[in-house]
Amino acid sequence: MAAVAHVPAQAHAQTNYLNAQKGVWSWMTTVDHKRIGIMYLSLISTSFFLGGIFALLIRLSLLNPKHMVFGKVIFDAETYNRIFTLHGVVMVFLFIIPSIPAALGNFVLPLMLGAKDVAFPRLNLLSLYIYFVGAVFGIAAMVTGGVDTGWTFYTPYSTTTNSQVTLMTMAAFILGFSSIFTGLNFIATIHKLRAPGMGWFQMPLFCWGIYATAIIQVLATPVLGITLVLLMLERSFQIGIFDPRIGGDPVLFQHFFWFYSHPAVYIMILPGMAIISEIIPTFSQKTIFGYRSIAFSSVAIALVGFLVWGHHMFVSGQSPLASVIFSFLTFLVAIPSGIKIFNWLATMWRGNIKLDAPMLYAISFLLLFSIGGLTGIFLGALSVDIHLTDTYFVVAHFHYVMMGGTVIAFIAGLHYWWPKMTGRMYSEKIARVACALTFIGFNVTFMSQFLLGSRGMPRRYYNYLDQFQPLHAFSTYGSWILGAGLGLTAICLLSSLRKAPDAPRNPWGGRTLEWTTQSPPIEHNFDVDPVLTHGPYDYRKPLPVEVEA
Amino acid sequence: MNWMRSLMLPMAGSVHAREMDNFYIFLVLLTTFFFVLVAGLTVWSVVRYRRRPGVITPHITDNMGLELTWSVIPLLILMGVFFWGVRGFLGATVAPGNSLEITVTAKQWVWSFEYPDGTRTVNEVHVPVGKPVRFVMGSQDVLHSFFVPTMRVKQDVVPGRYTDVWFTPDVEGLHRVACAEYCGKGHSDMAAKIYVDSQEKYQHWLEEGGDEWKSISPVAFGKLLYESKGCSTCHTVDGSRMAGGGPSWKGVFGRMEMMSDHKQYLADENYIRESILNPQAKIVMGYEPIMPTYQGLLRDRELNALIAYIKSLRN
Ligand code: HEC
Ligand SMILES: [Cu+2]
Repeated sequence: MAAVAHVPAQAHAQTNYLNAQKGVWSWMTTVDHKRIGIMYLSLISTSFFLGGIFALLIRLSLLNPKHMVFGKVIFDAETYNRIFTLHGVVMVFLFIIPSIPAALGNFVLPLMLGAKDVAFPRLNLLSLYIYFVGAVFGIAAMVTGGVDTGWTFYTPYSTTTNSQVTLMTMAAFILGFSSIFTGLNFIATIHKLRAPGMGWFQMPLFCWGIYATAIIQVLATPVLGITLVLLMLERSFQIGIFDPRIGGDPVLFQHFFWFYSHPAVYIMILPGMAIISEIIPTFSQKTIFGYRSIAFSSVAIALVGFLVWGHHMFVSGQSPLASVIFSFLTFLVAIPSGIKIFNWLATMWRGNIKLDAPMLYAISFLLLFSIGGLTGIFLGALSVDIHLTDTYFVVAHFHYVMMGGTVIAFIAGLHYWWPKMTGRMYSEKIARVACALTFIGFNVTFMSQFLLGSRGMPRRYYNYLDQFQPLHAFSTYGSWILGAGLGLTAICLLSSLRKAPDAPRNPWGGRTLEWTTQSPPIEHNFDVDPVLTHGPYDYRKPLPVEVEA
Repeated sequence: MNWMRSLMLPMAGSVHAREMDNFYIFLVLLTTFFFVLVAGLTVWSVVRYRRRPGVITPHITDNMGLELTWSVIPLLILMGVFFWGVRGFLGATVAPGNSLEITVTAKQWVWSFEYPDGTRTVNEVHVPVGKPVRFVMGSQDVLHSFFVPTMRVKQDVVPGRYTDVWFTPDVEGLHRVACAEYCGKGHSDMAAKIYVDSQEKYQHWLEEGGDEWKSISPVAFGKLLYESKGCSTCHTVDGSRMAGGGPSWKGVFGRMEMMSDHKQYLADENYIRESILNPQAKIVMGYEPIMPTYQGLLRDRELNALIAYIKSLRN
């Protein structure tokens, strides 16, 4: 996407958004989307680390049915219940939901649009602070006793347990606002700040994905907010909405909860798909196949995704007719995801493919997300879901979608834009090894869980029958490989920061605007405001250059 | 495909379970096909079109025919899957009219069952082979879920309303119930056993009860019955008085009891026996005549065990 204007090369040592202003205060008061993105990135990475520790502890406890580690019981049922709850809450609310939009999206979106910043830079900073406050509440809930309800907070358990449910729902409530503000900001940015010449269909697909996500964030998150407020009121004042002993309906909570949380699944996966839609053309050096159908399928997923929440409730006691309708809509919403996979395959076909780390991750995504999507067919089919729901099959399924999908895409994007964000190239060799370890570890951990589930092992179980031990142990070994892979990834990226900046403007030969500016970009992104002459991913045109160095 | 069945699924204990298994195996094959397709195309592209210098890639932006094909064919397949799933689901929704009905009460963290004849059991239930059984379920506290893997059925148990689940078992032996909706500390231990018995064995069990009494003392058996027959909902065994209930069993045996008509009786075996089988005959002073009669609901052996237990609580 060449916006070609020639200005003289800079002679002096490069100034960029990282070194233009100095000091902690300059970071805390910054309204630069790039700095905010970096701060988000460090916060959510910390959350991911924390959630990952919880995950390893869960697996460690399940290594054998007696929970013995080095001859000692690692922890009791009540602790176990807290740990899996915190794993879920941290990963969902503190990590995955903000991960791609708030960290990478913040950094990349304005650059891709050729804008100087997001539409409301101060609101952007505010949403970071709100995220921080929400995280503090979450940590307060953890250190004052934790929560033992599962991340779904199902009533009436959540209204009657004496763990820190109120504090934790407060945290999720606050985090919701951060998410809403980010969504609002991105919608306005995409509508208003596209570079001259960039019509809706000249926009990179990442922006479409973020746009669809933002719509869901703005429309669905308030429902979660209201639900959580009702839950807090129920706990504190017994208003009688969810607890049957005082006239409430516990199933109503599930409807409210999934009305948000199913669309939230798309808040998590759409940005992942959006990243893949950037990486595959770049590393295939070929234009994206079916631009419009990828763009429209994001929006279709966002809208139809609002109508399928009941598929989480086939055994909840909702009416059979409702279940049939929800099953039908669930199969409908599967189609656009399938279309994207075929589009990516067609993009690679007859391409000129280089397997650098981002592309390796993108291919991992393709395979893992396919497994996640295909196993979703089992769960959408009513009679089979009755057997599988609330078992490890579901656990495996959503980890393939959320971790194999979103997290892998997030890591792909992180490698892809790392040179742009930091000005450093990471070690390609280590990155590939880390990717392979992650891929293998992931499959060992979760493939076994499909079998556990289909054989009848329910989820959220502290104790289990001896017959399940081999598969559980296998899964635990996988978690160690996975942990090693992710650890190596962190080492690989962070160690690159110790080098002098060495990243070129466009290390991968990308065709979108962020590659036209220097790495890392200057404070206002571009020396000259970009003007578009053609759409993205046009590999017949020469490499985009903004300045000739 | 039998190896797939035994690898992936537990034993199938009903026609419904076997039908679901067929569907399941079909889905495994279907999704494997698509996965192999995607993975194969990926690997093939990566190898066949690996980076070579100087290559100019073709500018292919779309292809209506291709895109329609890969939208419509999966859509048709998924609609087939949808209907197959609905068929199995609706078949499992409505229980036949001639089902044996067993009431299930879930509470943290026990399953209790009640038969139409009043027989009550805890964490264990016997059903006859080949006859539909319907479980009508309610919860006394939080959500639970009644999951019988071998029957491929599962249904949440919700406080404040009744839900039901049914199946027609056709494989004799032990089947397991697991709680599948998270319910707190004891969630993973909230398990029950379903014994699918031959018709004769089932009849025998109904008349004679289980065998567990053979291995324990009458007092211990009486203590179990105290819980499982619901006596514990009205009587304590520590001397305290339960509000709206009956006298504590502590120290009853062998003392002189004053009745509401001011007559006194010695609480011996016969008195206890009568109090259980015909509680309205003599009402203890200061209590309401609310105790239900257990005439016909307790076997002689159970009655004796309860009396032995009450006897063991004398001062
Ligand atoms: C619905 C509450 C209720 C249940 C359930 C109940 N009881 Fe009672 N029971 C009472 C009350 C009230 C009395 C005192 C009034 C009376 O004599 O009927 C009583 C009296 C008795 C007495 C006489 C006690 C005395 O002090 O003289 C015995 C023995 C007894 N029950 C045994 C049983 C046994 C055994 C069971 C379980 C199989 C049982 N009860 C279940 C309410 C109950
Ligand atoms: Cu969902």
